[in-house]
Amino acid sequence: MRRITRIATVGIASAALALSATACGGKKSSDAAASPSESGGQKSAAIAYDIGGRGDQSFNDAAYAGLKKAETDLKIKGAEAEPTDGEGEADKVQRLTELARKGNNPVIGVGFAYAPAIKKVAPKFPNTTFGIIDDTSVTGPNVANMVFNEEQGSYLAGVAAAKASKTGTVGFIGGVEVPLIKKFEAGFAQGVKDTNPNAKVLSAYLTQPPNFDGFAKPDLGKAAAQGQLDAGADVIYAAAGLAGSGAIEAASTKGKWAIGVDSDQYNQAGLAKYKDSILTSVTKDVSDSVFNLIKSVEDGKPTTGEIRYGLDKDGVGLADSNPKYKEMTDLIAAVEKAKADIIAKKITVKTAP
Amino acid sequence: MKKFDKDRLLLAIAGPLLALVSAFVLTMIVLAATGINPIEPLRIMVENGGYEDVQILIVNQAGTYYLAALAVAIGFRMNLFNIGVDGQYRLAAMISALVGTAVTLPGPLHILVIVVVAMLTGAFWSGIAGVLKAKRGVSEVVSTIMLNAIATSLIAWLILPKNLGVQVEGSNDLTTGEIAESGWFPAVSMGDSGEIYGFTFIAFALGVVYWFVLNRTRFGFDLRASGASESAAAASGVDSKKMIITAMLISGAVAGLSGMPVLLGETHTYNLGFPVGVGFTGITIALLGRNSPIGIFFAALLMAFIDKASAGLDTEGYAREIGTIMKGLIVIAVVVSYELIRRYGIRRQQQKVGEELAAGHAMKTEKEAAA
Repeated sequence: MRRITRIATVGIASAALALSATACGGKKSSDAAASPSESGGQKSAAIAYDIGGRGDQSFNDAAYAGLKKAETDLKIKGAEAEPTDGEGEADKVQRLTELARKGNNPVIGVGFAYAPAIKKVAPKFPNTTFGIIDDTSVTGPNVANMVFNEEQGSYLAGVAAAKASKTGTVGFIGGVEVPLIKKFEAGFAQGVKDTNPNAKVLSAYLTQPPNFDGFAKPDLGKAAAQGQLDAGADVIYAAAGLAGSGAIEAASTKGKWAIGVDSDQYNQAGLAKYKDSILTSVTKDVSDSVFNLIKSVEDGKPTTGEIRYGLDKDGVGLADSNPKYKEMTDLIAAVEKAKADIIAKKITVKTAP
Repeated sequence: MKKFDKDRLLLAIAGPLLALVSAFVLTMIVLAATGINPIEPLRIMVENGGYEDVQILIVNQAGTYYLAALAVAIGFRMNLFNIGVDGQYRLAAMISALVGTAVTLPGPLHILVIVVVAMLTGAFWSGIAGVLKAKRGVSEVVSTIMLNAIATSLIAWLILPKNLGVQVEGSNDLTTGEIAESGWFPAVSMGDSGEIYGFTFIAFALGVVYWFVLNRTRFGFDLRASGASESAAAASGVDSKKMIITAMLISGAVAGLSGMPVLLGETHTYNLGFPVGVGFTGITIALLGRNSPIGIFFAALLMAFIDKASAGLDTEGYAREIGTIMKGLIVIAVVVSYELIRRYGIRRQQQKVGEELAAGHAMKTEKEAAA
């Protein structure tokens, strides 16, 4: 008897599975708020965030700033979606599909992780423009690839760090050891060495993929920065998303310099306490790239293909919001010279260490 | 044949039910305490769960979770705590993706090779912990956690383009290259809403195998006996060392399988974005499902539901971390409520035995009186 009951339950369980899969009426998550009618015809654009999400004071917040600007300047409605920890490709496909079905145009994937998902979703919505940041491997008639010469901005940070350092030792902290972050490291190290051949660059990565905590956990950045400070570094450049705020905190507590990344972190409200120690930030104009793409769609001429943001177009650069930075004329002169040399192609910056 | 015990079944259901109800109530209290409407997020989650595309995500995720939880449950049945399912799963997915890319075989054979490689890799990785435990008495808890970390570093190193990885031109992602189409597992298309990975059905079918092996074979009996009492099992002729290694090998092989639904059905490559943490969720699910194949099935569906239904919360203005809080509370509630139910069960049994004894005694005295 017991055996029959068990087998029966297994049967019921599999039947329940089949039912839950087939007999659910075909309602989709995007049907609920079919937005064009509901929002009164107002146009909308969407961004899907990378790990860390909004509030990382860095990469994602830069994208958010672009969306925010589009909301006020272009009078559009912005939609946002965040990833969950440890999610897979299917979740990203579903997220982009939902955003596209709800009528958002463009739909922008913030970060290279969205590439496989955009490859699958973009052909299904030929009238929607899909943007992806940091990737040129997916192409299509409705895909815009926004890429940056991070190594060039990082080179300038290297020049600034070498000039500002008194000990001759500077630190680089990368969030997760992935090719993208290695571009930051390569440019930074080259900039330091070209400015002061005797300087020492300490390099550390917080985590190894697939553990992306290195972009998300400030305590990791703080611990790594403390290690480098103890080893004599007095300028620390952290390319680590939200985790970088921990490095900035550590440097600030010791009265040393920190160099921010992606956003102008001197002006980030969440870091106001430490801003005097933020020498400069390597800006990556994700915000403008997001805004420009939304604007191009609004103007009826959506951009597609590769859009490269380099030093020449101020797509990357160094922020000079800190008054103390502006006082260092010697440093600024060196940075300006390096910048001119890179634009004139007198210096080629490496993209891998 | 043993008589079907209704009370036992009732008690078995009461545990998870009590855990779930108290977890949901606690979640609402947490929400209310932080000044958030306690009902609305849950309502949104239920609503999200009603959409077909979300349901497909849930079923697919549940398949992956089911395999991971089975892997954990096999260990649990023997009092082995395999925390390394996550590492075994990731390493197996990566190595099998590499092999799958390197070879091209006709359809079913190609898939079979990938699956077998995944099982062998998972078994090898957990086998290290098994051998260490059997030969040197190293706690499998410690060794499997360490093996997780080693797996992470090993994968990070192997996937570098200078070793075995591939970096597609213009991409910032690292992959193992794409598996040829003959190695893709056929999926059940649900039209516009997506598709259910074919391997998901294999995952659930393995639940039946699990039940059969544990309850209807000598090996299963030995395994459960070793779990219940190692010394008693040894006395009845079970080689405990062999059992430890075998159990770990099987657990690792199943853990290796848990990457297959996604690898064969979705990504066809192992890349930096391959899902992580599956093995740890598997532990929660095995606990909640009380190591029973049916219990694990529903627990896996529930966890997948919380995952996928909470993902849309942020677009409605609520933190999607509510889902994480809920999962955490379920773990605590499960431990507490199972212990409560266990104690209640024992008390009730004692009472029942006492009553029966008393009744027997009464009958005897009646007989005596008659005599």
